Amino acid sequence: MATSVAAHVPAAAAARRSGIWSWITTTDHKRIGILYGVTAFMFFLLGGLEALIIRAQLASPNNTLVDADTYNQLFTMHGTTMIFLAVMPLSAAFFNYIIPLQIGARDVAFPRLNAFSYWVFLFGGLFINASFLFGAAPDGGWFGYANLTSKAYSPGLNIDFWVLGLQILGIASLAAGFNFVVTIINMRAPGMKLMRMPVFTWMALVTQFIVITAFPVITIALVFLMFDRFFGTNFYNVTAGGDLLLWQHLFWLFGHPEVYILILPTMGMVSEVLPTFSRKPLFGYAVVVYSGVLIAIMGWGVWSHHMFATGLGPIADSVFGATTMLIAIPTGVKIFNWIATMWGGRIQLKAPMLFAIGFIAMFIIGGLSGVMHSSPPSDLQQTDTYFVVAHIHYVLVGGAIMGIFAAIYYWWPKVFGRMLHDGMGKAHWGFMLLGMNLSFFPMHFIGLLGMPRRIYRYDTALGLDTLNLVASIGAFILGASFLIFIFNVFWTRKRGQLAGKNPWNAATLEWAISSPPPVYNFSVLPTVSSRLPLWTEHGVSEIPDVPPEPVHVPGGTIWPILTAAGILAIAGGAIMHTLWIVLAGALFMVFSIYRWAFEPFEV
Amino acid sequence: MGVTTFAALGLSACSGSFPQSTLDPASGFSSDLADLYRTIFWWAMFVFVVVEALLVYAVIRYRARPGREGEPRHVHGHTALEIAWTLAPAVILVFIAVPTIQTIFKVDGTPPDGALEIEVIGHQWWWEFKYPELGIVTANELHLPVGRPVALTMTSADVIHSFWLPRLGGKRDVIQGRTNRLALTPDSVGEYMGQCAEYCGSSHANMRARAFVETQADFEAWVQQQLTSPPPVDSLDGLVQRGAQVFTSIREPANHSCIVCHRIEGLSYGAIGPNLTHVGSRTTIAGGTLPNTAEGLRRWLRNPPGEKPGEMLGRTMPKIDLSEEEIEALVAYLQSLR
Repeated sequence: MATSVAAHVPAAAAARRSGIWSWITTTDHKRIGILYGVTAFMFFLLGGLEALIIRAQLASPNNTLVDADTYNQLFTMHGTTMIFLAVMPLSAAFFNYIIPLQIGARDVAFPRLNAFSYWVFLFGGLFINASFLFGAAPDGGWFGYANLTSKAYSPGLNIDFWVLGLQILGIASLAAGFNFVVTIINMRAPGMKLMRMPVFTWMALVTQFIVITAFPVITIALVFLMFDRFFGTNFYNVTAGGDLLLWQHLFWLFGHPEVYILILPTMGMVSEVLPTFSRKPLFGYAVVVYSGVLIAIMGWGVWSHHMFATGLGPIADSVFGATTMLIAIPTGVKIFNWIATMWGGRIQLKAPMLFAIGFIAMFIIGGLSGVMHSSPPSDLQQTDTYFVVAHIHYVLVGGAIMGIFAAIYYWWPKVFGRMLHDGMGKAHWGFMLLGMNLSFFPMHFIGLLGMPRRIYRYDTALGLDTLNLVASIGAFILGASFLIFIFNVFWTRKRGQLAGKNPWNAATLEWAISSPPPVYNFSVLPTVSSRLPLWTEHGVSEIPDVPPEPVHVPGGTIWPILTAAGILAIAGGAIMHTLWIVLAGALFMVFSIYRWAFEPFEV
Repeated sequence: MGVTTFAALGLSACSGSFPQSTLDPASGFSSDLADLYRTIFWWAMFVFVVVEALLVYAVIRYRARPGREGEPRHVHGHTALEIAWTLAPAVILVFIAVPTIQTIFKVDGTPPDGALEIEVIGHQWWWEFKYPELGIVTANELHLPVGRPVALTMTSADVIHSFWLPRLGGKRDVIQGRTNRLALTPDSVGEYMGQCAEYCGSSHANMRARAFVETQADFEAWVQQQLTSPPPVDSLDGLVQRGAQVFTSIREPANHSCIVCHRIEGLSYGAIGPNLTHVGSRTTIAGGTLPNTAEGLRRWLRNPPGEKPGEMLGRTMPKIDLSEEEIEALVAYLQSLR
C-alpha cells in the first residue's frame, strides 16, 4: 500500500474491498462512520460498567465494595469516558456516515484527515484507559480541578494519563471539526442551499464550529497543567503566585460549550426523526435552525454558572444567572416546534419515534432542573450535590443518549441494509425509560436532602438509604435495557427485514440511494430543488442505480493511522518520562505526515 | 413524577430524619435560598405540566390509527405561534430572575455589625475553625450562639474544598490564595450536620462538619471551657500521665511523633493536624466520621489511613507503630483533654 490505489470503480464493479487491511487503510466516510460507531459503543459499555460499579457501591450506606481511591477513579473515568469517548464519537459516527449522504456528496472534504481523526480518537481512548492496567486511572474528576491535579496533591501517573489523553482526543476532535465545517460548506450538491440543508446537518455544522472554537480553550488549560506537572511551571501553584480559578474559568469556558457539543447533534437527529414519523415537515424549520445557532452563541456566555459557589461576587452571579436563564428560551422554542411538528400529523410509533419522543419528554425535565440552578442562590444548595447529577443525567442520558438511539434505530437500515426489530426496539425503549427514571429521578431528592456528589460512602444518618437503593436498582435496569439492543443487533444481522432504499418513506437525500449505499454514494451528483427532496415532486434530479460513467473514489492509505501512532508514541514516551521515545514518536509522526502529503491519492 | 416531587417537598418540610436537608432551613440565609427554590420549583412545575401534557396529548391524539390514514396537511410554520412561545418563557423567566437577583444581593456574605467572626480553613480532610476574637481554635465542630449573626471568613490550606452546612446556608468554596465570606444567623438551637461539597481527593467523603447552635449561656460555657488551659503534665497521674508521655515522645521516624503535627496548649506547637487542646470536648474525631469514644479513638489510632483513606506525606496522619498499651494511654489522655 506504499502507493495508494486510485480506484476507478467501474459501473458494474462497485464491490467493496474487504479484509482487516481494507478497514485499517480506509478513507471511505461510511466505513469510518461505522468504525466510530462501534468503537464509541464499546467505550459506552465500558463507561456504563463503571457507572454500575458506582451504583453498586452506593446501593447501601458505608459500603466497602470498592475502596475510596478506586471509587474516585471510577467516577472520573465514567464522566471522561461518557463525554469524550462515547457521546461525542457516537455523534461523530453519524456525522461521518450521514452528512455526506444528506448533502449529496461522495465523501467528506478531506477523507484522509477523516481517517486520521478516527485513529487518533481510538488511540486516545485506549491510552487513557490503559491507565487501568497500571492501577493508575485518572482520579481528579472529569473536570480535573486545579490544584488537586497538581503534582503536590496527585503525585501518581493518574493525572498524567488524563492530561495527555485529553490532548490526544482534542486533536481528533479538532481535525474532525475542521473537516466537517469544510465539507458542509463546500461539498453540498447543486441546489442544496444552506437553508435547504437537513436540520441534522445544520446542527452538525453548528456543533463543529463550537468544537473548533472550544477545544483550543481546554487545550490551553491542559497545556498549562502539563507544564506544571512535567516541567515545574506554576500556572496552578498558589504559593508561587498562580490562581486556581484560572483553571475553572478555562475549563468551563470550554466545558459549557461542550455541553452543546453533546446535545446539539442529538437535537438535529430528533429533528429528522420527528417529521418522518409524523408524516409532516419540521414545524418552523428556520426557527429551529436559528435557535440552534443562538444556543451555540449564547453557550459561550454562561460558563461561570458552574462556579457560583466559588464566590464571584453578586454582580457576576447576577449576570451569569441571567445569561443562563436566557438559554432556556431558544431551547424551549425548539421543544415547542417539535411538538408542533407532531401536531396534526399521522404519528407512527415506531422505535426511532419512541426514542425521539422520549428525548423530548426527558429533556424537558433536565432543562427545568437546569433553570433551577441557573439561579445562583438556589444553586448554592444544589451545586456539587446529587441534584446536579440528576440534572446532567436527564440531559445526557434522557437527552443525548435517547436521541442517539433514535438515530441508531432510524439510520440502521440505511447503514446495514436491514431493519432492527421494532418490537425489541420498543422493549429497549421501555426499559431504558423505566431504568433511567428510576435511577435519576430519586437523585433530585438525594441532592436536595443534602448528599454531595463524588463521595464513595455515606452515613445511614443522612436518611437516604432507600432512595439510593432505588437509584441503584434503576441503574441496573437501565444497563440491562442495552442488552436488548445488543441482542437485536445480532438478531438483525441474519433475520432483519431488508430495508430497501427508503423504508421510513423519509424526505432527505440519504434515502434516495440504496441501503447500504454504494461505495461512491451517488451514481451521479444529484441536483436538489427542495428542502424535502423526496417529499417534493422533482425535489431531486434522477439518481440512476448504476453509474453511467466510472466514478473516482479515494483509495486506501496507511499514513493517517501511522501519523496517529506517532502521536500515541509521543504520549507514551511522556508517561514514561523517556525523552527518546517522545522524540522518536515525533520524528515518526513528521515522517508519516510527509509521506501522507506526497502520496498520490487520486488519479 | 410530579406527585413524588410533592411528596418529597412534604416530607422534607417535617424533617428531622434528613439532617442535611436543604429544604428544612434553620437560618435566615438558608430560608432565603429555600424560598427562592420553591418559587422556581412551582414555575418549573407549571411549565413541566403544560409542556409534557401538550407532548402526550399530541402523541395520543395524532397517532396513526385506523381512520387516520393518508398524508396529513404539510404545515411549515406559524409566525405568531413562534413569537408567542418565545415570549412566554421569557415572561416566566422574569418572574424567576427578579427574586433571584434580589436574593443574590441579600445573601452576598456581608455580615451585619456585631457578627461573631469565625475563620474556616479547609484541610485534606478536616475543617479547622478559629474564633479570633475569643482565641479559640477547634476542628470539625462549630459552636454558635443562637440568634447572633456569624461572619465566616474562609480559605484552604491545600486543595479546594467547599464548606456546607445545608440547614444553615448555601455552600461556599474554600480556595487556597483566596478568601470567601458567608454570613448567617442561626435561628434555632440544635445540631446541624454538613460536609465538604467539593471533590478534594481520596477522603472527600470523610470530611464532615457539624455546628452546635446553643443558647447564649451554653455558648458562653463552651467558650470558658475552651479557654481553660489543660493541667500541666506533672499534675496528671496514672494512665493519663502515661498518655501525655506517649504524646510527647519522639518516635522513629520523627514525623511519627504526635507533637510534630498537633498542638496542645502548653505542651506542643504542631500546626499540621487539628489542635487537640480540648479534643475531649468534641463529639467526633477523624474528620467527623468517628464518634469521640474510647472505641472510636482506638480505631483511629490503630490505623488512621484505614479510617480516612488517602495518605499525603507530611499532611495526613500516617499509620504509627503504637503498642496497644500506648494506645490505651493515649485514649485516656485525649479523653481527659476536655
